[in-house]
This record gives sequence, C-alpha cells and structure tokens, in this order.
Amino acid sequence: MINMFPFYCGGIALLLIAGLYCVLVSENVIRILIGIEIMTKAATLAIVLAGYAVGRVALGQCLAITLIIVEVAVIAVASGITVGIFRQNGSLETSKLKSLKG
Amino acid sequence: MLEIVILILLILAGLWAVMAPNLLKAAIGLAVASAILAIIMFNLNATLAAVFELSVCAGLITVVFISVISLTRQPSDREMSSKKILKRFAFLPLVMLLAALGLAMLMSKPDFNLVMAQSPSEDMRLVLWGQRQMDLLGQVVVLLTAVFGVVVLFKERKRQEKEDME
Repeated sequence: MINMFPFYCGGIALLLIAGLYCVLVSENVIRILIGIEIMTKAATLAIVLAGYAVGRVALGQCLAITLIIVEVAVIAVASGITVGIFRQNGSLETSKLKSLKG
Repeated sequence: MLEIVILILLILAGLWAVMAPNLLKAAIGLAVASAILAIIMFNLNATLAAVFELSVCAGLITVVFISVISLTRQPSDREMSSKKILKRFAFLPLVMLLAALGLAMLMSKPDFNLVMAQSPSEDMRLVLWGQRQMDLLGQVVVLLTAVFGVVVLFKERKRQEKEDME
C-alpha cells in the first residue's frame, strides 16, 4: 500500500487554492460564498486527516463537527445578507454595490 | 489506488463548483463535493463527522444555496458565457500547478505515514463530553448567533415590505 498522506495534502492545497482564487476573481456574491465553502471543505479534510495521522480520530471528528456548525452559521447569515443586498440593489454583482462606498 | 481516484473526483467536483457557468450547477457541484468528502471521511475512520458532512453540508447548505439562487434570480439573468469564464479563470491552472509543485517539495519527506497510522479505539463521545466541553458551548453560541442573525434579517425585510406597501 502507498502512503496517502502527501496525496491528501496535495488535494487539500488544490481545493484551498481553487476556493481562494474563486473568492478573489468572482463578481457574484453567491459565487464568492461557494468559494468560501470550498475552502472550508479543504479545512475540514485537513482537520480529519491530521486527527487520523496522529492517531486521534475522535478529537479530529470533534473539531470537524465544530467547523461544520460554524460553516452552517456563516452560510445561513451570509445568505440572508445576500438576499438583503439583492432587494436593496437589484443585483448581486460586487461592482454594482455602490451603497457601501464611503 | 481507490483513494486517489476519490481524491481526484473531489478536486474535480470542487473545480466544477467554482467554474460552472450556471449558479445552480455550481451549487449542485458543491453538494457532490460534500458527498465525496464524506466518503473520504468514512475512509479515514471519521464516521460521525462524515454523517454530519453528508446531512448538513450536502443537504442543508445545498438547500439554502438553491433557495437563495431562486430568490435572487432575475428574468434577465443569463448563463455566463464559457469564454468569459475561461478568461476569468485563466490563471487558476498555473496557480494550482505552482501550489502542487511547492507542496511536492515540502512533502518529499513526509513525517506521517497513513499506512502505518493505526487509530486507537477512542470513543468520540468521551472526547466530546470529557475534553471538549467548551467546544459545545461555542457551538451553542454560534448557532444562537446564526438564528438571531437570520431572524433580524427577515424582520428587516418584513418592515421594508410594509413600508413599500404604504
């Protein structure tokens, strides 16, 4: 059997970079949220993998569940804000959100 | 070998979620990525976390995303052209390649060997209730904050609708 640790680390890094890139280049608020979700998936996998690698799977699971709950809270509040932005501005393009300009 | 295939599927689903021209397809790609991540977690012996991931991330968050997409859809909305997407994500393969190369250099001598790592039979419930009680408190606070946030946002919206009616 091959050692999967470097492969998992590579997968985590690629997911994290794909999510970060999406957050940086996207103009749609929902797409930015999807990028944040992808980054959170990478973090969840990293926590579970770390727990497995050091032989403390239960601790990794506890932290992963906490992360999932935080993720849900973030997405719930961000969705409400997104709908509010749409009602206020009629668009979700970040370039058109001028009401926040100082 | 199967683990590598599943990992590649996870990365492809993540890329599809990021690059899909239609937002609805992107949300479905995200759900698929969550389901594949749950399979990987099962593989790593984290069964309870995998069940959470499958039910909450692949289920609840997808429903939230799809409802937000349907609430904010305009009749004039069109799919983003594939040319525009290719232009926007042109540098993604380069960045990913650089990251993979950097990581390959870092991980050329890995300290952890997952083949050798044997997890002792530690009960998750004991760890959660015995060592991580503060996490539970934090989870309750976060959930309450989310509930209050959503309630306040909807209240604001109702008030606005009333004002518009008047």
